[in-house]
Amino acid sequence: MSVIIPGEGVPSSGVRGGAAGGGVSGGGEALLRIRDLRKSYGGRVVLRSIDLDVSEHQVVCLIGGSGSGKSTLLRCVDLLDTVDDGTIHLGATELTDPRLDANAARRRIGVVFQSYNLFPHLSVLENVTLAPRKAHKVPRRDAEQRAMELLGRLGLAEKAREYPDRLSGGQQQRVAIARALATEPELLLLDEITAALDPELVGEVLDVVGDLKQRGMTILMATHEMGFARHAADRVCFLEDGVIREQGTAEQVLGDPQHPSTQRFLSRVLEHR
Amino acid sequence: MTENTTAATGPTTTDSDGYAPSAVRLDRERYRRGRRRRDGLIAIGCTVGFLVLVCVGLVSSPGWGRVHEYFLNGTEFRRYFGAILHGFWLNVQMFVGCEICILVLGLAFALVRTTTAPGLAPLRWSAMLYVDVFRGVPTLLLVFLVGFGLPALQLQGTPSSPVVLGCIALVLSYTAYVGEVFRAGLNSVHPAQRNAAKALGLSERQTLRHVILPQAVRNVVPPLLNDFISLQKDTALVAVLGPLEALRVAQINADYDFNYTPYLAAALLFILVTIPLTRYADWLQAKAVRRQWAETGGSGR
Ligand SMILES: Nc1ncnc2c1ncn2[C@@H]1O[C@H](COP(=O)(O)OP(=O)(O)OP(=O)(O)O)[C@@H](O)[C@H]1O
Ligand SMILES: [Mg+2]
Repeated sequence: MSVIIPGEGVPSSGVRGGAAGGGVSGGGEALLRIRDLRKSYGGRVVLRSIDLDVSEHQVVCLIGGSGSGKSTLLRCVDLLDTVDDGTIHLGATELTDPRLDANAARRRIGVVFQSYNLFPHLSVLENVTLAPRKAHKVPRRDAEQRAMELLGRLGLAEKAREYPDRLSGGQQQRVAIARALATEPELLLLDEITAALDPELVGEVLDVVGDLKQRGMTILMATHEMGFARHAADRVCFLEDGVIREQGTAEQVLGDPQHPSTQRFLSRVLEHR
Repeated sequence: MTENTTAATGPTTTDSDGYAPSAVRLDRERYRRGRRRRDGLIAIGCTVGFLVLVCVGLVSSPGWGRVHEYFLNGTEFRRYFGAILHGFWLNVQMFVGCEICILVLGLAFALVRTTTAPGLAPLRWSAMLYVDVFRGVPTLLLVFLVGFGLPALQLQGTPSSPVVLGCIALVLSYTAYVGEVFRAGLNSVHPAQRNAAKALGLSERQTLRHVILPQAVRNVVPPLLNDFISLQKDTALVAVLGPLEALRVAQINADYDFNYTPYLAAALLFILVTIPLTRYADWLQAKAVRRQWAETGGSGR
């Protein structure tokens, strides 16, 4: 299975230029920059002071226990929640600025949720083409052609006319990924996209993500799949009590964790394999 | 209730792999067919028995002769049915006209009440007040108020036709109900759907138009049909303003020779229209239930 990022190779808007390979950005600024982020729900502080960079073409994995704030962090980045304090920058745009045109900003970010949230009244093809056609004003024919290309790469070409409730969980999640990619986002946010899947379907979805990484997509994802994080992540961040306790390369954090709570978390998670 | 759908397809399969049904399957299907036939016969037998009992009971009751004379008079029925049917045509026209207005206005009300645009705040408040008032006032009272009150104001351009005035009253009353049905439908769409649309960069408007509204409408068709069945009946309330619709015609003729058969003829006409509508609503409701089963873990639709 191989995936392309639509519009790849088109040197558009200078967003996806830069150094090849998934290394840490040298002198240039990271694509996504989170500084001193704070978020609470009704007095309960969920994110305390988060500092996080995601450079272009990097895959950054968020790990941490249930309730540690991974989803909240991703929701803040996608402007589905407002932050209490701190800043989030995407390229030159400050996402946390209330004067910002939120819809325009969201169009630059693709999101896939744990529960696929496909639109049940639309066919697979319509699900994938809705945003390009309505939000980006791409003509129907072009949008459909690109969607079919994308679905083909994700192994879903023959499901294009089906409705979501006729697909398996893995197929639905791959449609959700295609839907997020159809708008050619600069940044992809994935929130535990395999958590609702049967073990044998996890692989097919993670393959897609691995392939996106090969093609240079910038990804920030929350995951419980340590095996995947170990071989695909450029950086792993361990979240606990609303702070990043430890971050570094996958080798460092997963192979040789320094912080006691990281060690505790990993031994607890790996115990159950 | 746990029967497989294979029973419906019968022993000939459409499977593409040249599969031939086994003896076990054929036997099972034979048994199911036999049981369905038996259930059908029992249902028919019981229904006929029940109807016979009711008829015998009615005819043998002491007042049956008078009832037959004053309510089920064949000659009266034949004499006035044509006129009542003619009047009923007016009911149908009122029904269709009102229904269109109510659908449009009801949806508009629901949209106004669910948007958060600050400029629409006064509209939102008025919509709320409107719903509170017009759901509280009995429809018949509203027909009186609009029918006699509005012309009395002697404003420029107020309609004077009692049919139009009656329809205005019905529209006012039913828009309040239908608006609430639409609003419930809009709220019934899971918030995750709105989030998913937002995350794709769709604007508030586009989200409403392409994601929320189609799902909301799909959810409210059965309850809407219920409201329209009752609207169909309530067109008879306009009779109090005098236009010659079915009930009014029946009333005039019943008063004329003190026989109530015309009322029965009018009732028959209303029933003839509402029964298919009711069956259709039932069918849609059953379909919606099946669809929800399919969405929450069954297979196929
Ligand atoms: N809308 C909300 N209102 C109030 N509290 C919330 C809301 N969303 C999340 N929380 C709380 O914030 C905390 C962090 O939740 P979050 O969903 O970010 O955790 P998570 O790390 O994604 O966990 P999981 O691995 O189980 O998905 C939880 O304690 C949760 O109860
Ligand atoms: Mg989560």
